[in-house]
Amino acid sequence: MILKSLFVFFALAFSATASLAEDLKLAVTTSFANSGLAEILLPAIAEDTGINVQLLIVGTGQALALGQAGDVDAVLVHARAAEEAFIAAGHATHRREIMYNDFVLIGPAPDPAGVASAPAAAAALELIALARAPFVSRGDESGTHLAEKALWAAAGIEPQGDWYRSVGQGMGAALNTASGMDAYILSDRASWLNFGNKGNLALLFSGDPAMFNQYAYLPVNPANHPHVRADLAATLEDWLTGDHARALIDGYLLSGEQLFHFNATPD
Amino acid sequence: MGNIWQGLTEAARLVLHLDADLLEITARSLQVTLSATVIAALIGLPTGAWLAVSRFRARRVVVATMNALMGLPPVVVGLLVYMLFSRSGPLGVLGLLFTPAAMIIAQVIIIAPIMASISHQAIRELWADYHDLLISLNASRVQRIRALLWDGRRSLLTAALAGFGRAIGEVGAIMIVGGNIDHATRVLTTAIALETGKGNLALALGLGFVLIALAMAVNLALHFLTRTETSGRW
Repeated sequence: MILKSLFVFFALAFSATASLAEDLKLAVTTSFANSGLAEILLPAIAEDTGINVQLLIVGTGQALALGQAGDVDAVLVHARAAEEAFIAAGHATHRREIMYNDFVLIGPAPDPAGVASAPAAAAALELIALARAPFVSRGDESGTHLAEKALWAAAGIEPQGDWYRSVGQGMGAALNTASGMDAYILSDRASWLNFGNKGNLALLFSGDPAMFNQYAYLPVNPANHPHVRADLAATLEDWLTGDHARALIDGYLLSGEQLFHFNATPD
Repeated sequence: MGNIWQGLTEAARLVLHLDADLLEITARSLQVTLSATVIAALIGLPTGAWLAVSRFRARRVVVATMNALMGLPPVVVGLLVYMLFSRSGPLGVLGLLFTPAAMIIAQVIIIAPIMASISHQAIRELWADYHDLLISLNASRVQRIRALLWDGRRSLLTAALAGFGRAIGEVGAIMIVGGNIDHATRVLTTAIALETGKGNLALALGLGFVLIALAMAVNLALHFLTRTETSGRW
């Protein structure tokens, strides 16, 4: 009985303050949040649409799991195969491409494996494996991790051994680990540019089309979860694919470099 | 050393500027953990006292279980609370996931066993002293528990502060059930984890010093309010 009345008390105390604004819960990847773009977009979204976007910063794997459970209203992730499986299973109504950037290969500036002159991303990973140079993997089924696994598969290598260190953490934590052990790591360009603890690390290889990184927006299927704010999710989708979003995303520079490229197509 | 010094100056800068975001997450840290401490005290302290004065067959097992629960891994508690309150879980309809309420519930589960165990130990010793007196006065069990709780209040304060200390610095559970949402469920510990992830180590450490100062301030305030350390035996 005491527990029950406590529940009611807290439900009232906290729902009263929360219901004033139109809240939408959006699960996003750590790479998106660590890039700093969220801090530019969220205030503009609130001003234009009145929607208060609450970000849950997780890996793509966990973001999709939250969407599947109905704990968020929409997800913004970057792993095409996983997204298509998500839609096929009926967890989201559709996917809408919003913007892209690219993955980059980071490593210790002296580049002991010599990846800087590699002809392609897969070849660069091969050089790392040959040199048995320390490599930090996200290991958390995030979009970046899936992209990394695809590159290893393209190189025909099953990475294992004490040089291959799977940390199971977000982009920033994995970069901190790589910085601490002077290891190679695959990162998205935005997280890398925004990262504050670079230490000895440097961007060594980029530009392979295989390292293209597309972000897409998937509203959670209201047929499975009637409580989901599908109306707000649709409004947000319109905003994210609109002109104001284009200007803000394309205009987001860090150290003079453009981090994301808007590529949403109108309906 | 340079990094730690940067952290200290960052902490000083944050506090001196009365940074609005800092005030907000500090206030939320206090709101969540003090609520959890009060609720856990209401559950844990009487439970500890009751176990001290009661004799029943499974008592030893219950006490041992409670002691073991002191080491509950927060991340497991977080996961369990998440599954309970997820929209796909049994209590999903309450819509409490990713709210401060869910964070309070997780922290109560983590610290109530600590409070119960410490208070059980303290009250048991007091009960040994008071046993004959309370029995001869023919006090009922509720009266006994009340007398023991009141006379053992200083030890119980320690029990409550131990729980508070564990909760204020806890990050594993509240990260999962709160989600670290800016302006909704972000507290000092999850903000530290976030800034570390961004590689902003000085800012993260600065927030850490603020957190330590906050914990000390709460402890000192409680000691002043309850006037401990002022007379011989208290």
